Amino acid sequence: MSKYETVIGLEVHVELSTKTKIFCSCPTDFGSAPNTNVCPICLGMPGTLPVLNRKAVEYAIKAALALNCHVPSYAKFDRKNYFYPDLPKAYQISQYDLPLAVHGYLEIECDGVKRRIGINRVHLEEDAGKLVHSEFGDYSLADYNRGGVPLIEIVTEPDLRSPAEAKAFLEKLKSIMLYTGVSDVKMEEGSLRCDANISLRPVGADYFGVRTEIKNMNSFRAVQRGLEYEEQRHLEILSAGGELVQETRRWDEDKGVTYAMRSKEEAEDYRYFPDPDLVPVIVDEAWVEEIRKSLPEMPEERRQRYMAEWGLSSYDAEVITASKAMADFFEAVMADYHDAKTAANWMMGEIAKHLNAAGIEINESRLTPAHLLELLKLVDEGTISGTIAKTVFAEVFESGKMPAEIVREKGLVQITDEGAIAAIVDQVIKDNPKPVADYREGKAKAIGFLVGQVMKLSRGKANPELANRLLRERLDSQLD
Amino acid sequence: MLAHLTVAELAEKLQKKEVSAREAALAALEQIEALDRKIKAYITVTADEALAAADAVDARRSKGEKLGPLAGVPMALKDNLCTKGVPTTCASKLLENFIPPYDATVVERLRQAGAVMLGKTNLDEFAMGSSTENSAFFTTRNPWDTARVPGGSSGGSAAAVAADEAYFALGTDTGGSIRQPAAFCGVVGLKPTYGRVSRFGAVAFASSLDQIGPMTKDVRDCALVLNVIAGLDERDSTSADVEVSDYTAFLEEDIRRMKLGIPKEYFAAGVNSEVKAAVRKAIDLLVSLGAEAEEISLPHTEYGIPVYYLIAPAEASSNLARFDGVRYGFRAEADNLLDMYRKTRSQGLGSEVKRRIMLGTYALSSGYYDAYYLKAQKVRTLIKNDFDRAFAKYDVLVTPTTPTVAFQVGSVSDLLTMYLNDILTIGANLAGLPAVSVPCGFAGGLPVGLQFIGKPFAEGTILRAAYAYEQNSGLRKSKPPIAAGGERHE
Repeated sequence: MSKYETVIGLEVHVELSTKTKIFCSCPTDFGSAPNTNVCPICLGMPGTLPVLNRKAVEYAIKAALALNCHVPSYAKFDRKNYFYPDLPKAYQISQYDLPLAVHGYLEIECDGVKRRIGINRVHLEEDAGKLVHSEFGDYSLADYNRGGVPLIEIVTEPDLRSPAEAKAFLEKLKSIMLYTGVSDVKMEEGSLRCDANISLRPVGADYFGVRTEIKNMNSFRAVQRGLEYEEQRHLEILSAGGELVQETRRWDEDKGVTYAMRSKEEAEDYRYFPDPDLVPVIVDEAWVEEIRKSLPEMPEERRQRYMAEWGLSSYDAEVITASKAMADFFEAVMADYHDAKTAANWMMGEIAKHLNAAGIEINESRLTPAHLLELLKLVDEGTISGTIAKTVFAEVFESGKMPAEIVREKGLVQITDEGAIAAIVDQVIKDNPKPVADYREGKAKAIGFLVGQVMKLSRGKANPELANRLLRERLDSQLD
Repeated sequence: MLAHLTVAELAEKLQKKEVSAREAALAALEQIEALDRKIKAYITVTADEALAAADAVDARRSKGEKLGPLAGVPMALKDNLCTKGVPTTCASKLLENFIPPYDATVVERLRQAGAVMLGKTNLDEFAMGSSTENSAFFTTRNPWDTARVPGGSSGGSAAAVAADEAYFALGTDTGGSIRQPAAFCGVVGLKPTYGRVSRFGAVAFASSLDQIGPMTKDVRDCALVLNVIAGLDERDSTSADVEVSDYTAFLEEDIRRMKLGIPKEYFAAGVNSEVKAAVRKAIDLLVSLGAEAEEISLPHTEYGIPVYYLIAPAEASSNLARFDGVRYGFRAEADNLLDMYRKTRSQGLGSEVKRRIMLGTYALSSGYYDAYYLKAQKVRTLIKNDFDRAFAKYDVLVTPTTPTVAFQVGSVSDLLTMYLNDILTIGANLAGLPAVSVPCGFAGGLPVGLQFIGKPFAEGTILRAAYAYEQNSGLRKSKPPIAAGGERHE
């Protein structure tokens, strides 16, 4: 790769989570029965007219401001004309030359390098419906529930230099969108979709090479893989002295390859023109400022604050603030708790582990800050041990029950009675002559095994510090 | 005879309970029964629904309920206005079986005002034409001479009103489609200011030009109907938030010192000399009533036709793309998607519609957009500026409505001649201005139309001028012989 530099630009579509569609009052709920969230307007029936949803404009501006964009005072909607059965009017209402927002940027970090990626524009448009191709015959079924759901299209400058950076950009973008609350950003539900443009040029060149566009990448990982594949393909062609064709290619996730969809010559002419059914959008500066003020604290600001306020490490602060839901949860816990490091360890440890296993976000789980708070306090007060806490947490995560209730039900209260623990310690010493001998011969590590045996025999309930002290006392005294 | 009455006359008799809504509807239905085989104004007659609606009005009236201003008045709707549960064909094979599940806003407002729908009237397919000869079903005949066209595209509505087959009707006007047939059929037709009347539910031809308006027997009726249909509609973003005044209140004021501009370009060579003579005579009458008339110039008038025939087809090419056979309307049998699109549209649309779709598609195409569509929009601004300048000095512009009187069915074969029919009406659409056509005499026994063009939202002013003319011309309620034939009751 040393001879060439990779140039990548992304076009990202994000569905806005307004309650109703962009040009009618149908609900935007995902997963409804086919063709139930529809009306004559979003079905494009004759004589119907679109009326712009103000909330969609507000959300789009909010997203654009979070991406450091400029919001001009005048924007308009245009028609993008093409025939497809999922597009009821045979044109999509979109924005062509005067989008809602322009000239933004997003800071990303990839492999320890920070870079600023330019945002060319953010525009607002309507989504199309969905075709379901039959497995049984040569027909397709059309579902127009998604038709008219508001989308923003975010177009980056060709500033990304590697597939890994593209993935980092998307992760950061997702985080920002979740922070602003304008979208739930679920790639599997199609609320975030990404097309990528890639080209290679000699290092140091001030021109762009021939680019290809890749479509149909359905996860962040797929975007990276698709781009890596294309990067390699370009490199091989260029290294062999060949010429690339400007074209659109489709990523095949199963085969891990891209293949040509259509060339530049076959590209459609969308015949954009201003939509005469809609009036221009005059964006009042005061409104933009109002929206700007409503923006929540962004991940970077939060990270700085966590480090200053609670002394978290840069890494810990970064991990926790990447997801707004996680950060909100963390802050709710910290409102009633003193030890940020312990709380952070739980967030990044047990909680992250269980969420990953379940494949859900924290706000989709049964877990509440009250659960974690109670659990932390049970440990701090010595009612349960750290080990038991993990067992209790698993059940909290599963059932949503309060930790104290689980501890009570299962009799998991820590044994802190010296007499009771001493009896177990004596038993362990008696049952494990070999480790006892090892310890006495100076193998200090053997104590760990013995403590483990005490914990095991007490079914985890023995206070570990107490068990440790009593063991040492007994073994050391018998040495004499 | 009841069917001869104007809206105002009928409404008064209904209020006084001298006639019932049922009798009024029956009179119109009888007229339809007697004449429509020759006139062919209607695509659909909803006799049963009309009588049921009339009976409902009568029942409410007998209970002393408060009724709307048009309660019990039977009317007709151009068949490109959506009517819930009643076919709305746009005179196209493609929508022959289309039944909308919603009413257009104007239809809703008329129903609320108590008007009774008699049926849906013929038009040029998707309102593209000047004669109704482009209807996929049949050509409507001019009641003054059934060998002649009624004009178009709202020819069915104009003929129905002229022949007393409806007390009033609604039409749509994109380049003159209300005013030209009104002129040809000797009735009053108003195209309101763009944004005055909601377009919701009017099947779009050219969205930036389309307006719905009344077609009536006299000027007062025009004001009465406009009162009902005008006003802001939250379902149409282009409808204007401008107060609706009672337009009948403007009528009684005189027109002394009203400044009339007479644009010389509207009396150019292409305009028939008898038409010009009738209009000149009308202007003399207005002056004798105290108005001041001066010749003016609207220098960009000649660009009206080329500008219109780029912008309107461009918008139409996009508006009509939805008729693809996927969700409603006609669908041709085909083996694959592309084939389905091609066959559905090839078989479902008529040649004039296809021609305009092709024109518009071309004008919007990459590489041609700047030279055609964009340039047309710029010239449109120049045309609008002409009007702005004129209205800085004048209250109303007075012109002929059409260059000629109604022509013989089938007689105009070349397209350009057909398109030139709109030359005097197009300006008001391009500039978004209100304009009304009123009968101003005859040329060769056929009605001539006088057009008043006003400032934006000055419908009251042009109706006042038109009313003053009508009251003093002695032409009000001139009847074509075919409709005047059955003077049984009077």
